[in-house]
Amino acid sequence: MTLAELARPAQDYSYAFLDEFAKREVRRRILKAIAIPGHQVPYASRELPIARGWGTGGLQVTLSIAGPHDIVKVIDQGADDSVNAVNLRRFIARMTGVATTSDAQLATIIQSRHRITEERLREGQVLVLQVPDPEPLRAVEPNISLAREMHADADYALMWLGLYEQVVRFGTFMTGASYPVVVHQRYLMSPSPIPRWDTPMLHQAAHLTLLSAGREKRLYAVPPYTDVRPIEFEDVFFQVENQQGRICEQSGAVNKFMNEIPQPDGSMCYQASDTGYVEKLVRRARGEPVAIGATYYDDDGTFYHPGYLKEQEPDHR
Amino acid sequence: MTSLAFDLPRLLTTAPLLRARRLTKHYGAIPAVAGVDLDVYPGEVLGIVGESGSGKSTILRLLNLEEAPDTGDYTLTIDGYRGRNLFTLDRYDRRALRVRHIGIVYQNPLHGLRMHITSSGNVAERLIMAGERRFATLRNAARDALDASEFPLARMDDIPRRLSGGMQQRVQLAKAIALQPMVLLLDEPTTGLDVSVQALVLDTLKRIQRELHVATIIVSHDLGVIRTLADRVLVMRHGRVVEHGLTDQVLDDPQDAYTQQLVAAKL
Repeated sequence: MTLAELARPAQDYSYAFLDEFAKREVRRRILKAIAIPGHQVPYASRELPIARGWGTGGLQVTLSIAGPHDIVKVIDQGADDSVNAVNLRRFIARMTGVATTSDAQLATIIQSRHRITEERLREGQVLVLQVPDPEPLRAVEPNISLAREMHADADYALMWLGLYEQVVRFGTFMTGASYPVVVHQRYLMSPSPIPRWDTPMLHQAAHLTLLSAGREKRLYAVPPYTDVRPIEFEDVFFQVENQQGRICEQSGAVNKFMNEIPQPDGSMCYQASDTGYVEKLVRRARGEPVAIGATYYDDDGTFYHPGYLKEQEPDHR
Repeated sequence: MTSLAFDLPRLLTTAPLLRARRLTKHYGAIPAVAGVDLDVYPGEVLGIVGESGSGKSTILRLLNLEEAPDTGDYTLTIDGYRGRNLFTLDRYDRRALRVRHIGIVYQNPLHGLRMHITSSGNVAERLIMAGERRFATLRNAARDALDASEFPLARMDDIPRRLSGGMQQRVQLAKAIALQPMVLLLDEPTTGLDVSVQALVLDTLKRIQRELHVATIIVSHDLGVIRTLADRVLVMRHGRVVEHGLTDQVLDDPQDAYTQQLVAAKL
């Protein structure tokens, strides 16, 4: 027997690319983040073969929690087929041996940038969101040390000053993506640049959401069944983007988050942004057997937690 | 049948609202404030005069709990804070006290205002800090406070950078009085304004002080301002009080040599 036979077979990389210490670091930080919902936990963000700012935070989380039996879906702005999504998915699959899918119902881990699926996620699923800027207070407090002090004191009054300014100047809240939310009545959190449409989906969700910023080296979490409330006034309410009257030209879906596509004649047509969902609708229309789960918003645009989204009279200035 | 007994002077019957003892503050080796005692009674205006560098503004910063003194006791006769040395408050209580009970107007509006936030937003900030979360309430309170400080309401949603100096001071004043504080601190509120605007702002200050009946400390090197507003006056030099008394008394019949110089000094 030779030494070479006793040694483990030579490998170019550890399982899931990251070495064991790196994965253990991320897993420990994830546990801490889950224990303190919405609190940003610093972690040792490693170098990956993609550039910082291109999803390294989400990728490290996915690589740390994935095992060979997982099924991974990767979303980029709702799409499964964009260059970034394809690259990340291929990398994850090659490094971990997971199966991949575009079906939100089949996936166990969903890594996403800028969107949450239209179909409701269920218990046991993990949503990993890529975060460019984890600090929701950045807009009102550029000094990060002071911002941390404000988090420690739960002193978020300045955010409401920002809301006041928006209502005075524009009549409504102007924050589009990454609308700040308060998690578990305690920490102010940036939900990553998901549209306002997706923000309510985090509230009392059955799935675990992990948010990770690789460049900023911070990760945080929304555990299952946790309160997530967008900041608003008691008399001026948070509103989602109005999708009324928009019909997806591919699938006929209504009251889902739509991409606006300008046409040569100056008009607009709409496509539902969640391509995995559209694909299933199209297949069902062709007569194929597909299981389509319940969606967060029904076809009338009603959110599945009654009373969470409130109607607003037009002008209150 | 009318009573022949005279009312006792108020200063004998009422307790001071604000009481500070042995205030001392050094900046390096330089004593900015060296053992100053002062009392302010409810509804009274106390003027502090002195040349630049005499420690006037430092006293206001200490009383506004912006800085910690080297030594000193500071009490306010306000429910919840009675009998506590306010210099020993933790930062939560300190913040709550400052938001609720102390209003301040700085000489330089850059210190007191957020220049990129609308004027009404600057005023509303006070209420937001105090926990108000209804937009309509914030809006109305901001409008009322700006109106009380005679700010032109048509411009309430302009940012302070676009306003004249006098208007900026009115916004600061509105912010200071938005929650009807117990103590109003004025740090050279009219310095830097031209004389006609100064007169108008002084008028407003005087009216608000009378209406709110708020204990006020005004710091100025301008004896005219002190004479107009203050009931009592402290004269300071090199961090010490050299003379104090009723305004008319001190300014018309100064006893201390330095005060005599100060009163006599005219350009």
